[in-house]
This record gives sequence, structure tokens and C-alpha cells, in this order.
Amino acid sequence: MADFVMPTLGADMTEGTLVQWKKREGDHVSKGEIIAEVDTEKAAIDVECHATGVIERLITRPGDKVPVGTIMAVIRENGQTTTGQTGPQAVAPQATVPAPAPRVDRVPGSAPQPGRLRISPAARKLAAERGIDPKGLQGTGPEGAITLEDIEGAASVAPELPRPAVGADRQARMRQTIATAMARSKREIPHYYLSTTIDMGPAIAWLSEANQRRPVTERLLYGVLLIKAVALALRQVPELNALWKEGQAIRSERIHIGTAISLRQGGLVAPALHDADRLSLSDLMKNFQDLVKRARAGSLRSSEMSDPTMTVTSLGEQGVETVFGVIYPPQVALVGFGKIVERPWVTHGQVLPRPVIMASLSADHRVTDGHRGGLFLSEIDRLLQKPQSL
Amino acid sequence: MSTTTDVNETKGRILRLLGEIAPEAEVTTLRPDVSFRDQFDLDSMDFLNFVVALHTEFHVEIPEADYPKYMTLNGCLAQLSAPRS
Amino acid sequence: MTKITYREAVRIGLREALQRNPRVFLMGEDVGKYGGTYACSKGLLDEFGPERIRDTPLSESTFVGAGIGAALGGMRPIVEVMTVNFSLLALDQILNNAATLRHMSGGQFSVPLVVRMATGAGRQVAAQHSHSLEGWYAHIPGITVLTPATVTDARGMLLTALHEPDPVFIFEHAYLYSIEGELEEGPPAVDISRAAVRRTGKDVSLMTFGGSVWKALAAATQLAQEGIEAEVVDLRVLRPLDIGTILASVQKTHRAVVIDEAWRTGSFAAEIAAQIMEEAFYDLDAPVARVCSEEVPIPYPKHLEDAALPQPEKIVRAVHRLLGRG
Repeated sequence: MADFVMPTLGADMTEGTLVQWKKREGDHVSKGEIIAEVDTEKAAIDVECHATGVIERLITRPGDKVPVGTIMAVIRENGQTTTGQTGPQAVAPQATVPAPAPRVDRVPGSAPQPGRLRISPAARKLAAERGIDPKGLQGTGPEGAITLEDIEGAASVAPELPRPAVGADRQARMRQTIATAMARSKREIPHYYLSTTIDMGPAIAWLSEANQRRPVTERLLYGVLLIKAVALALRQVPELNALWKEGQAIRSERIHIGTAISLRQGGLVAPALHDADRLSLSDLMKNFQDLVKRARAGSLRSSEMSDPTMTVTSLGEQGVETVFGVIYPPQVALVGFGKIVERPWVTHGQVLPRPVIMASLSADHRVTDGHRGGLFLSEIDRLLQKPQSL
Repeated sequence: MSTTTDVNETKGRILRLLGEIAPEAEVTTLRPDVSFRDQFDLDSMDFLNFVVALHTEFHVEIPEADYPKYMTLNGCLAQLSAPRS
Repeated sequence: MTKITYREAVRIGLREALQRNPRVFLMGEDVGKYGGTYACSKGLLDEFGPERIRDTPLSESTFVGAGIGAALGGMRPIVEVMTVNFSLLALDQILNNAATLRHMSGGQFSVPLVVRMATGAGRQVAAQHSHSLEGWYAHIPGITVLTPATVTDARGMLLTALHEPDPVFIFEHAYLYSIEGELEEGPPAVDISRAAVRRTGKDVSLMTFGGSVWKALAAATQLAQEGIEAEVVDLRVLRPLDIGTILASVQKTHRAVVIDEAWRTGSFAAEIAAQIMEEAFYDLDAPVARVCSEEVPIPYPKHLEDAALPQPEKIVRAVHRLLGRG
């Protein structure tokens, strides 16, 4: 039996609201499949299941806000038999021994039965009239049922939005989350900063040549080369690919690059590109496109939110030449890239115009020193000079 | 020869694609000679998606070297209304 | 206006009925010399004489049957059955004769009989004398079932009932006889077709009748202190039921608690709840709740009897649950 618990979908997440289950009781789920949609301060996240089996019980109801770690569902892993009285084999004994039906003194607020939305008939009718989706609303009626008052409350918050309680003040909450995470970072992490200027000539030349051969749907952005170079460099300096937990850095075997994506309506998320060091540039590009699209549509997956092992931020698009970022806890390093600019560059005793980029490293001094950080930036530089091998 | 109707129709299609990439963009007040990126805060990923959308919608090949020609509405119209070779 | 007791109100009604119509007479156990088990007919024997205030043998089947016969014969009898507990002995006369003769005779015979009886628990008279069976009688088509809860109704319902062409059963909650109230202005005879809103409110409807009306009002007072406005609907007439007033109240408050001193299973409260769900389902913002007696023979010891019956505190708790505050 495996418990599906409210996951941590970000460093400062303490609780989350179940928006909806994507599976029903009795459904089969595989590891990595989306089982639920959870709303955090930042976004509505599709949460993946970490076990394979059959959903025995859905405990949390849509609309419930529960702390991280709360058991939300029970999954019967393959090979296990049912424990509850839900299977057909439970029917026979029940038929021969008619269990006394004790009057259940239902305690309002106790964990209610999952399944159908608990909403009063009048509230359901009003919701339909006002075009409000009651799913995700927090019920205040008997046993947490959604009542007329809850619908009226939701209607007054956002009359037209399909998910009023969930989406209404997300922007303010996202700002608050960023504030909390960044304040914690600056309070707890002794940052040190390094930077270097990298000649992007070879990379750009290689890229435009490669893109000439590629149909428009498969073309690469230079940002993907940067991410790949960072991922490969982390193999050489693995202590930067770590998470700070309970007073020590725990290195991560896999390299999941968090990519800072600004959202159109404001705010920022940094979901992970999984196994960025192992993917080909084409696959990395595809995943990157998909990630940006879903980040902006608000349908990121739980693992993407929870497991970046290091983050890359690029403000070059905004015309900034240099960025020294703030580490996203519990990560221990962050790489920033500025804008590609053409600058005089001395190579082999000659001054030439070259496209260059400023790469910076913000790193946690508790974990690494400037020497290792310097090696890491040099490694990125070295990799970008041989783009064909990325 | 392209008629005014053709141009208006092409323009409508371009603005629709743009709207899909930048849903909050006010296409009604769009200035046709100013780049999309400057008006709508498109990044390189958005622009690439826009080019891909143009490719799918109008069945045109757009080499990377030609990207600058598609940076404005007028640029797009000039490219897409030109006689096909 | 001076206050009178419910008992006095019944007596006033009886006297007015006897004065108005010479065909009206009162018949029952101990109604004459003793003045009525609950003293409702005290003094009436002296005033109206033994022809019209008639003591009967201890045989409910006999004197209810005699009342039916008298009604068939053109009289306007008021039969007093001491309590609902003993009315079971007359059930055959009531169900098979009184309620059916109009139908069986193809409309040729009317039974304009009025039967009064005390009902209910709460006076420590133990399991055999504490029944609340008016809901049973409300099951029977062909009769009218009244549950006066106020002095105005205790006096006036009788007068109107005597004008009905078919049998009317009046259930007087024994606990109410000593309760005082002021007679309302207006003609003595009152309507016997409508429920009455005894207290208006917007948050929850307390539907009840008879002795429980006062418990519901007490609960409403308590709830008001918390800012919960409860509406108290006194059903007054269990058959034919005034469902319109009930629905109007539920449509306003969206929540209902039905209070009935009968046992929960098969109670009249169940009927009310069912009709609300049939007619006003989409107005409900919470399940209809019931506060009924515990499903036990009503105990003799006071603390146990109190615990077995609906009480204001139980009503308040039920309301809290409906409001999600429980």
C-alpha cells in the first residue's frame, strides 16, 4: 500500500489545495502519471503519482486545503490485495451477517466521503445560474458542504472566472511566495558571486548553420545551448548540483535544470528541465518549448516544480548584460546569463568584433568555494567553444 | 496581384496567431511598423512560436535569416502577400 | 387583555360552542362531575346540565362509536378521549367508521364529529401514558387533524371544527394546559386550514406543532443571541397539511429542522421532510434535519424523560449542524 501525499511543490510550500482528482477510485495509475491537480500560491500544478497500482481510496476532497505531507489517497500497489471492504469478496460475509447499522453521528468537518462534490442543491443551482464552477470552493456548510453563501462569496470575488477562489489573488500570493523564498535565501545563504565573459562566436555560428538545415518547427534557440552547457559542466563540478537539507548539502545524482520563466501576467516560476545533461539538443529544445508553454498555461507538473537541482536565469531578452541572481532554496547555486552583445575581443593577438555573453554564478559559500565555482564557469566556457559536442 | 480584401484577410490571420501567443496583446492598437517584440514583450521563444505558427498557417518556409523581416505587421504582410515563386 | 391558561381557553371554547348551538354536547370520561381529567370542563355540568355534559363508561370504543352515531343522526358531538394513549381502543371506530362513512355511503352520510384528546409526554407519567400519536391519525384520509399550540387556537379551533362536515380530531398537548397566553384579537373561531409563522427569521425554518412549538420558540430565542434568525412555523393542521406555508418558509431560509415529539422512524416529521425534498429540493442549502424523541418507551425518571424528548438545546444543536457550525 502506498500513500499519495500532498507534495512539496516549491521550497516554501506548506500547504496546497486539491483542485481536482484526475483519477477515480479503482483506476489504475502508473508511476509518473498525473493523478491530481493541486493549487499552490504560484500555480495550478499537475501532480504525478510516484507509485504504480490501483487507487484504493481518494481521501482529500476537491477544494480542501491540506498541509504538505497529508495523505491524500491510498494506492494499492500491484500484487497487493485490497484491505478495505470495497472488493466484491466483502459482499458475501456482509450478506450472511447483516451488520447492525449504528446511527452514525456524523461530525461536521471530519473527513467526508470522496467522490461526488459535496454541495447543497440550492448552491448547485445558484452556481449553474451564475456560471460558477463550484469545484475547488471551500465549503462552509454541514460536513464542509458548499452552500449558497459560498457560491455568493465566490461570485462576489470574481463573477466571470471559472475558478474564482483558486485564481483570484494568485498574483498577490505569487508575489508573496517569491518574497518569502528570496528573503529566506538572502537570510540563510551566504552567497558569493563570480562572472566571466564568454565568446559566443562559435556557438552562434554553429547554431545558425544547424538551423539552416532544420525545418522551422525543429530550430534551436541559443538558450538551449546554454542550458546544455551548464548541465554538462555540473557533471564536472557536481557539488553545485545539490540541495541544502538539514544543515548539509545533499548532492543530486541527476541533473534537473530549473529554468526561470517569467509569466505574462507577472511573476516567475522556475520549473525543471529533467536530465538536461542527457538529452540531445533537439529533445531539450522540445522539452523547453513545452515547459514554457505549460508554465504560461498554468499546467506544470509537480516534479517539475519540486525537483530542480540548480537554476539558470537569463535576462538577456530584456537587454540586460549581466545578472547576479538569488539562489532558490534549497538549491545551492544559480547561473545567470545576460544579453549577447558584440564587443571587441582579443584573440591570437588580434582585436576582433565578437558576440559575447556574460555568465555569472551565484553560489552557496557553505557548500562550495570560489575556486570550484571558477572551475565551473570555465567549464561552461570551454563547452560553448565546441558547440558541436553539446 | 493582391486585393485589399486579401490583405485584410491575411492581416486578420496574422493577428489571430499573435493573439494565441500573447493572449493579453491589444492587437487593435497594434502599430504596424513597430516590432512585435517591442510592443508585446515577446521573447525569443514566443517569436519562434510565432514563426512556427506562420509556417503552419500560410505554408511558407521561413529561414532563420529571414526572421527580421517578420518582426512587424507590415513586414509580415509584405512577405506573405508577395507572389509565391 | 388578561392572560388565560390553555386549559381556560379550551373551557371558553367549549362553553361558546355549547351556547351557540343546542345540538352541541360534550361526552367523555369524567367530563361531568369531575370536571374533566385536565379540568377543561369544570363547571360546565352545572351550567349546561347532564343532557349536554355526559359522563361515559370507561369504554373508548363505545363512546366514540356513540359519538359517530350521534353525528350521523344530526347532532354535533364533542367527544373527549382522556388521552391519545387510550384512543387506541377506539381506533376501529375512528378509522373504519368515522373516516370512511362518507365514502362508503357514496356521500349520503356525514360524520360531523369532533374528538378532543390530550397527547404528549413530559409530565412523568411513564411509557404507557406519554405517547405522541397525532402523526398516526394524520395518516388517515377523511379526517382533519388539528394541533392547537396557543390559547387562541385552543379556544377557536374547536368552534371552527364544529362547522366541518367531517370528523375533526383535536390534539391538545397535556403539557400546554397550564401554559398562559393572551387571546388574540378577532373573532373567536379561527381558521383551521393554514399553518402559522410564529416567529420570522431568514436563516433556518423550525417546523413543528403542538407542545414542541414552545420549545422551538425557546430555541429561536437562544439562536437569536448568536445572530441566527430562526423562523418558527407552527403547522397547526397536520391534515390536510398546509404545504404552501412550509415551502414558502424553506424557500426563504433554505434550511429546515422539523421538530416532532413522536419517535423519529415513521414520524410526521419524516412526512414533512419528504414533502420539502419533493417540492423544494433545489431551494435546500442543507439536508432537512429532524429533532424527534429517542426511539425508546418514554422513561419515567425526569432526567431520562427530558433526555428522550426534543428540547431547545437539541434544536439549537441541529441548527448549528445545518449551518456548518457544529
